Amino acid sequence: MAMSRTVDKDRIVIRIAGDSGDGMQLAGGRFTDATAVFGNDLATTPSYPAEVRAPTGTVRGVSAFQIHFASRDVLTPGDRPDVLVAMNPAALKANVAELEIDCTIVVNDDAFNKRNLTKAGYDSNPLEDGSLAGFRVHRLPMTSMTVKATESVEGVSSRDAARAKNLFALGVLSWMYGRPVEVTEEWIERKFAKRGAILTANLAAFYAGYNFAETTELLDVQYRVRPAALRSGTYRNVDGTTATALGLIAASVRSGLPLFFATYPITPASELLHELARQRGFGVRVIQAEDEIGAANMALGAAFGGQLGVTATSGPGMDLKAETIGLAVALELPMVIIDVQRAGPSTGMPTKPESSDLLMALYGRHGESPLPLIAAATPAHCFDAALEAVRLAVDYRTPVILLSDAFLANSSEPWLIPRIEDLPQIDPRFAREPNLDGDFLPYLRDERLARPWAVPGTSGLAHRIGGLEKEDGTGNISYEPLNHARMTSLRAEKVGGIARDIPPLEVDHEDGAELLVLGWGSSYGPIKAGVRRVRERGGKVASAHLFHLNPLPANTGEVLRSYCRVLVAETNMGQLAQILRAEFLIDAESFTKLEGEPLLVAELEHEILERL
Amino acid sequence: MADSTHNHSENGSVATLTKQDFASGQETRWCPGCGDYAVLAAVQELLPELGLPLERIVFVTGIGCAGRFAYYMNTYGVHGIHGRAPAFATGLAVSRPDLLVWAVGGDGDMLSIGGNHLIHALRRNMPIKILVLNNQVYGLTKGQTSPTTQLGKITKSTPFGSEDQPFNPLALALGAGASFVARTVDRDRRHVTEVLRAAAAHPGAAFVEIYQNCPIFNDEAYAVLTDKDTKDAHQIRLEHGQPIRFGAERERGVAQQPDGGLAIVEVADVGEDALLVHDAHCANPTHAFALAHLSHSVSEPTPIGVFRAVERPVHGESSQAELRAANETVEPAELDALLHAGATWTV
Repeated sequence: MAMSRTVDKDRIVIRIAGDSGDGMQLAGGRFTDATAVFGNDLATTPSYPAEVRAPTGTVRGVSAFQIHFASRDVLTPGDRPDVLVAMNPAALKANVAELEIDCTIVVNDDAFNKRNLTKAGYDSNPLEDGSLAGFRVHRLPMTSMTVKATESVEGVSSRDAARAKNLFALGVLSWMYGRPVEVTEEWIERKFAKRGAILTANLAAFYAGYNFAETTELLDVQYRVRPAALRSGTYRNVDGTTATALGLIAASVRSGLPLFFATYPITPASELLHELARQRGFGVRVIQAEDEIGAANMALGAAFGGQLGVTATSGPGMDLKAETIGLAVALELPMVIIDVQRAGPSTGMPTKPESSDLLMALYGRHGESPLPLIAAATPAHCFDAALEAVRLAVDYRTPVILLSDAFLANSSEPWLIPRIEDLPQIDPRFAREPNLDGDFLPYLRDERLARPWAVPGTSGLAHRIGGLEKEDGTGNISYEPLNHARMTSLRAEKVGGIARDIPPLEVDHEDGAELLVLGWGSSYGPIKAGVRRVRERGGKVASAHLFHLNPLPANTGEVLRSYCRVLVAETNMGQLAQILRAEFLIDAESFTKLEGEPLLVAELEHEILERL
Repeated sequence: MADSTHNHSENGSVATLTKQDFASGQETRWCPGCGDYAVLAAVQELLPELGLPLERIVFVTGIGCAGRFAYYMNTYGVHGIHGRAPAFATGLAVSRPDLLVWAVGGDGDMLSIGGNHLIHALRRNMPIKILVLNNQVYGLTKGQTSPTTQLGKITKSTPFGSEDQPFNPLALALGAGASFVARTVDRDRRHVTEVLRAAAAHPGAAFVEIYQNCPIFNDEAYAVLTDKDTKDAHQIRLEHGQPIRFGAERERGVAQQPDGGLAIVEVADVGEDALLVHDAHCANPTHAFALAHLSHSVSEPTPIGVFRAVERPVHGESSQAELRAANETVEPAELDALLHAGATWTV
């Protein structure tokens, strides 16, 4: 056996990249599960080709998966990888520009033949022409080793065998980073239980990779990343899509309102449709509508019928739903609209994240049509954000927009599974009786300024409502000037009053800090991590994050004014900064980025240091 | 669903409902002579017959003159946005199968801005009764061309005459796979009631085109169908199982031609046995489609009545069994198991 030395590391970022048919997401997912069970904290993010079937072997067809794991709290999937696994020349080409010197590159040597090099656009073999000087390159014959390991398995073609090379790579990584093999073994056994030969071949490929790494002299270092000290409890790994779906179902159970989800397919929100469509057992009814407008109206129609009406989309769909959301504002019915933001304008870059729908969500409707706005901060936080959106919608009889984005939807992190009894209880408070001297007034408000929710089927409460301006109290059509003024302020006061019902803005303050870094949405991780790095270098900086964008927490102005400088980091042209300037007359500074990529920790670190 | 949503009146009180019980207190504000009044009256007259408590009935409307319909019914009602009534009604009907849901709109609302929702509600066979009050013109916006305006018609937006071929609403509905398709005319009140009764009884989506007079922007557009002097020559009343005949002496009829199309014939020439017998329940929509194309304007003899009424699966019926009953509570343990699905680990 070759002698290998063990090196301790606090944190590692690995990116595995290959052709979209090479099973990179699968290998990444398995590595993630083993890492989670091992006890590291982690965050992951995938990167897919924009085309469904991009030509094999080309740079456009590269699919990648990145995991960041550490012996401490992990806040982002990592800026740049420490280790790149490239299954073919295209995967190397697509990622090499992002690598820093000293990075380890593990390649599938078998794939670096003339044909693949040409497809990837290489004139010469980068493994041999010196262009990778400075990197630690390990050339492993993954395809041939996999074929050799599986050739004795009966019923497995050499094509099938070669396809198991992702598990060979997974085996190599599992050894390099001391991941427990049982987790992967059990998964393979479960997954391929009914396909004997494939099961045997996959197991053989995985262990071939593991054993090869252990015995070969090509890899001389094994890394150790000790378990992180996580809060005790039971965890699972969730991406933002799954967390959102679970949050909606939990809200349905905790409110007793059946979940009705109507949507139209759109990237990157479609996964939520797929996720919820499977949950009939929880009373979830899903309709794939004829268009975005239809989906919004169906959800609102279900809400009128006393159900939890939800629709989800991404930017272009929000444009189309705007009029219906305005109707929900006028009808004052509970409804949740989820916007999984992507890079715009127009079709933009559908698979790429950007948080640039803030102003649209707040103001993108005609007339004065205020509504509560919530933004999810991390993949796991999508669960809480969905529950909170439902709570506000039901308690205040209002449409609520929940902003997520392409990064949150697809990225994953460990989630401390909550206890059911700790989840908020949501009371629909359906109207059952007349509310004024034997009459029913559909717009007679309660102390929250919320109106009664009387659903069809309730006798004695039949009423008509609509998009025309309504008389205060009765809800009858009214064009009376002062009534319109009154109704406009009542709608605004109702939404504004939510500030009394949400937690204050919490600041991660440090003595001596004069700079506050403020974020919203998926900038949470990069800001937190950037601030941590600055502090590790002795810099004094504070940070805070907005989960509620409308209304803002009651103490927001007070917090902002207590710092000399406020830096707002967001992936748009400075939309939150603009709101803060208008609302609080403070000189908010912006760090903005519009590359269809999340903010990087190093960028935040740099921006903060510049201002200290 | 909470129990409260089903606490409708006992049948005893339902039986005593009258037309007046279905009239809301709101003052009706259509123009004098508007055909919408007749349709409203026919609907209010029909509903007590259905034996449903009024709180189990919902009217959903879009924008336009017909959009006001919801305000005048003493049932639950929603006046939504332009063209979207079939979609709103879909969400309501599918989540609340205990309700009788009507969607009402005009030709612009249902066939122009809302055309997409209309055809999809029909293809899904949503349990919604869809009334299209067709006056061939935009009324509330004061007189522009609509998708059913006749070719060459001068309107405010087409001062040189409409250049667009109008929709044939019934053919459109049939093309979308509608399981119930009918046409009636506002001035024949008994016929309106008859057709609406059949629509209400139909288990899936019912599409009813109502020729409706707009006294302001398109007055007397359908007059030939109901005026005493012209009625007999223009109106073909479809009755299931009967040979299709019309005329003062029932001297004319409809017969199938060698090319598969239909033609108006003289009974004396072809004999009664050559006449087409109306079959609204025919599984093949070709018969109803040919009838829908028999006339392209009321200047030709025009069929009214139920063109097609066939049973096919209603949306939601098949999933109902798998879908947990709305009143069956999810136990905390089930939710807990869902949250713990897949690989978990404990720290």
